[in-house]
Amino acid sequence: MIVTRGLTKRYGHLLVVDQIDLDVREGDRYGFLGPNGSGKTTVVRMLLGLVYATSGEITVLGQPVPKRVGEVLPSIGSLVEGPSAYGHLSGRANLALIDAAGKSGSRRTRRSRIAATLDRVGLGGIDNRPVKRYSLGMRQRLGLAAALLRTPKLLILDEPTNGLDPQGIREIRDLLIELNAAGTTVFLSSHQLSEVEQLCTRVGIVDQGRLVRQDDLETLRALTGRSIVRTPDTDRAREVLDGQIELAQAGRLVVADPDTAALNSRLVGHGVRVTEIAAERRSLEDVVLSVTGSGSDRVDVVDGDQR
Amino acid sequence: MIRVELVKLVRRPRSWVSLVLLCGLPVLVAVFVAVTHLAPPPGQGPALLSAVLSSGSLYPAAALAIVLPIFLPVAVAVVAGDSIAGEAGSGTLRYLLARPVGRTRLLGAKLIALIVYTLSAVILVAVTAYLTGIALFGAQPVAATPGGLTTSNIAATSLSGSGLSPAAIALRTIGAVAFIAVSMLGVGAIALFLSTITDSALGAALGALAALITSEVLVTLNAASAVDPYLPTRYWLAWIDFFRDPIVWRNIERGFAVQGVYVVVFLAASWAHFATKDITS
Repeated sequence: MIVTRGLTKRYGHLLVVDQIDLDVREGDRYGFLGPNGSGKTTVVRMLLGLVYATSGEITVLGQPVPKRVGEVLPSIGSLVEGPSAYGHLSGRANLALIDAAGKSGSRRTRRSRIAATLDRVGLGGIDNRPVKRYSLGMRQRLGLAAALLRTPKLLILDEPTNGLDPQGIREIRDLLIELNAAGTTVFLSSHQLSEVEQLCTRVGIVDQGRLVRQDDLETLRALTGRSIVRTPDTDRAREVLDGQIELAQAGRLVVADPDTAALNSRLVGHGVRVTEIAAERRSLEDVVLSVTGSGSDRVDVVDGDQR
Repeated sequence: MIRVELVKLVRRPRSWVSLVLLCGLPVLVAVFVAVTHLAPPPGQGPALLSAVLSSGSLYPAAALAIVLPIFLPVAVAVVAGDSIAGEAGSGTLRYLLARPVGRTRLLGAKLIALIVYTLSAVILVAVTAYLTGIALFGAQPVAATPGGLTTSNIAATSLSGSGLSPAAIALRTIGAVAFIAVSMLGVGAIALFLSTITDSALGAALGALAALITSEVLVTLNAASAVDPYLPTRYWLAWIDFFRDPIVWRNIERGFAVQGVYVVVFLAASWAHFATKDITS
């Protein structure tokens, strides 16, 4: 769906995107994860032909971008750096204008398509108030509606849940999963770990313009070979599992044994009450923190600058 | 896409407010002149205004002379400056291009909307001024003019003093409208070019006006006479020659030529820059 080779963007001396090789497959829910200022948005803009790469190749839906971007864009729905609309017009009028722009959708079905899309993003009952009176969450939904207007094959979304409340985030996530099940590939760029962790099947982690990791979420969140045991009988458990315990806190033990079933029966057999037992997995946060530096919005003093 | 741009233009309150203001100023002037009968003496004040008291049918030309120096260029520069930079500033440019709307097509549609706006502005000013002129000054067939003929089919006097028939005045007014519209397109092309460079609509409009003011200053400067024939505002007032008898074509032709060059050069520059630009707004 999206393949890039050595994608690089330079603004003057500033290297914003550095040799990125993306590989997004059909049917993926791909999470493009990275700290602020790591070059995510620039990559998204290059995928859409808004920004031209300094070097490297982009193929989207089998076509080279930006050379033939006009042919692939009609099958792509996008949300880039927040929604935007003509503030003095209503949401419906905005969608009608967007739909009529470019290779326009059929005028006959426009009204019904707009109504259906608004319904889909939870704005079905919206009145004719101008967009400038919308809340941030409503604008976000309207932006999503614009992206979905032509039932895209590929959705490229940059921070789509910005400004939404927890219910809204949940709704959008469910909507994206539903669209994905119906065959839409979702490319989601975000700096929110939880968002990516809960939605995506594949993850690319970008840091300072470089793609530092790209893998299935399951692979990234591999088992660590340890188990976490919660028990009220900590002392008794320590005697039973002598030598295997890596970390013991009150009521919580980290055991160097991935086989939770065997561990459980052994503990229970020795009369240790177990309230909770689970194999330990790496969290996405651990993975991200282990491969990325601090975001570019943090500016530290470099040694030698200080005198 | 052209339809979309025209819809945007029409549904924008600002378009209407600017048109009302443009048409309102000449009406205001007409009311003052009609009430006091104090027209500026020939050669002072807005061109042709002194001739208006004798016949209202000359008022469209006088009205154009009133709005030409500032009002009209400001209105055109604001609309043209907004065309790309306004979309960039509001963040809608990226969504239009990702729709996709080809960059050349978008620029073309913006240009057509700009031409429609400019033409409607100039024509509306002329039409409302004609109605105002007829209502306040009447369309007297007689013109008391030094050296002018006073026959029944002479409606007004040209600047040269001879009489002009209503048909001749209408034709000459149309010529003036066309000339002024083209002059304003020259302003529009400069503003449109700046609009592709900056993301601030205000900056683009003010930049175009700054270019005009520079040109106005240089036109009055003898030391700058070498560049004088190439300045955008040099032949702005040449349309007054349509109201001489016979029409003096020399400056009118040059005016058309200079504006044509400005329009072509700045449109080409806008296209070259916009088509290859990184859209980071």
